[in-house]
Amino acid sequence: MSEVILSVENLEAWYGDAKVLHGLSFNVKKGEILSLIGANGAGKSTLLKCICGLLPKKTGSIQFNGQPINRLEANEIVAKGIALVPEGRRLFPSLSVEENLILGGQVRRPGPWNLEAIYALFPILKEKCHVPSTSLSGGQQQMVAIGRGLMSNPELILLDELSLGLAPIVINDIYAMLPRIVGNGLTAILVEQDVTRALTSADQFLCMQEGRISLEGEPKAFSKDQISAAYFGM
Amino acid sequence: MTWVNIIVQGVLIGGLYALFAAGLSLIFGVMRLVNIAHGDLIVAMAYLAFVIIQVTGLHPLLSLVLVIPIAMAFGYGLQMGIFNRTLGKDILAPLLVTFGLSVIIQNGLLELFTVDSRKLQAGVLETGSFPVLPGVNIGYLPLLQFIVAIAVIGGLQYMFYNTSIGRAFRATSDDSETAQLMGLDKRRVFAWAMALCFAVVAIAGVFLGIRANFDPAIGPGRLIFGFEAVIIGGLGNLWGTLVGGVILGVAQGIGAQINPGWQVLAGHLVFLAVLAIRPRGLFPRMSG
Repeated sequence: MSEVILSVENLEAWYGDAKVLHGLSFNVKKGEILSLIGANGAGKSTLLKCICGLLPKKTGSIQFNGQPINRLEANEIVAKGIALVPEGRRLFPSLSVEENLILGGQVRRPGPWNLEAIYALFPILKEKCHVPSTSLSGGQQQMVAIGRGLMSNPELILLDELSLGLAPIVINDIYAMLPRIVGNGLTAILVEQDVTRALTSADQFLCMQEGRISLEGEPKAFSKDQISAAYFGM
Repeated sequence: MTWVNIIVQGVLIGGLYALFAAGLSLIFGVMRLVNIAHGDLIVAMAYLAFVIIQVTGLHPLLSLVLVIPIAMAFGYGLQMGIFNRTLGKDILAPLLVTFGLSVIIQNGLLELFTVDSRKLQAGVLETGSFPVLPGVNIGYLPLLQFIVAIAVIGGLQYMFYNTSIGRAFRATSDDSETAQLMGLDKRRVFAWAMALCFAVVAIAGVFLGIRANFDPAIGPGRLIFGFEAVIIGGLGNLWGTLVGGVILGVAQGIGAQINPGWQVLAGHLVFLAVLAIRPRGLFPRMSG
């Protein structure tokens, strides 16, 4: 049995006075892809924000490689080896493509990813390395966002809505790259609106509903009806 | 030749205004902070130079070797200790804090140095000049101010676009939350930006003190000139700030030629005109 890289216990989180996560507990094993599914507002992105330190108002425990990280700031957590590819990509508009990537490697963790490796993965980015990042197409921007996340050589990468706002053919291309992105034993948590795609890409899944886990396990262990019931809360 | 002279002198004085403004522009660009105490900080640095010169006997320009590092350390501490706690979604809190700081600095200087005006003595640099055209003389000091302003702005510009700290400034300015996800601690990024701003403030303070008398109350007036240069040039654009300073300087010179009482007024009128026609300034930065 492979070791647990991320362990979340009884996690509760708030936006202001509104409680949005209600006591989540789950483990992620090293090297696996975990898909988070659930309707809009189920708390998927909130959970990712908690893990990477962007949501300070939370209780419970989050352990990464056996160390508690719930009190750390986002910039300290990335140095520990967790990278977020945020929803909507959030590239830095005043930085070029290459500068965005370099900034991703700011924490200087050792590992396989560097500029050359990213350009080998996404050759188009090398051609456009000096243009402003926001002048690229949506799919290319997503490549920059993924590359920027990989540049920190994370052990765990959080991929939030990779397909948001992209054309279906571009989404196919990005997902075709997924095995190369998460190769080398990288662990990934994937948030995806397209449930079928999320389940076929993942080793494990977590279905969330109104801030709670409604179903979890291996995708193939459940029928479509069981997953729909957990998704819609029926 | 009178008008050529006015314009030349106006351009040169614009260098000083650009020095007043460059720090403001930098801080606004990086952290969207409008520092009401900026002018008072310039005056405070002139007093710091005054004390250092009294103690060491250094020439005012040489005193910068001490004034700049002390100012940078103070700026770093001020950002870490006070400003970082106020920066958030509400833009009013930092504005009020800098306003309070302005009052504290003015009264603190008044206590320490009284209301008497002081000056930094720089010898021949203050009065020396050379002729370039009949009726047009260029003073060493205004020329030096202008050259230093270009060097400071060119240096800041280079740092902004060609160094890792500049990259961190731009990224944090674009999106501080995502910048944290890259491992940047925004409080330290802001503190370094403030330290750099204070290096410029120190230079501006020493030139202010060499050029004319100063007393604890003149800070807000320098803030206005700096502010106008920033707005005329375009928010967040450093070269624009230099152009803004020059436009302000020339406008004041022309105003003074028409009627000595109109010097400052003419600058304000040009500022108002720019604000009315191009509210974002002549050369606003593309993003933000």
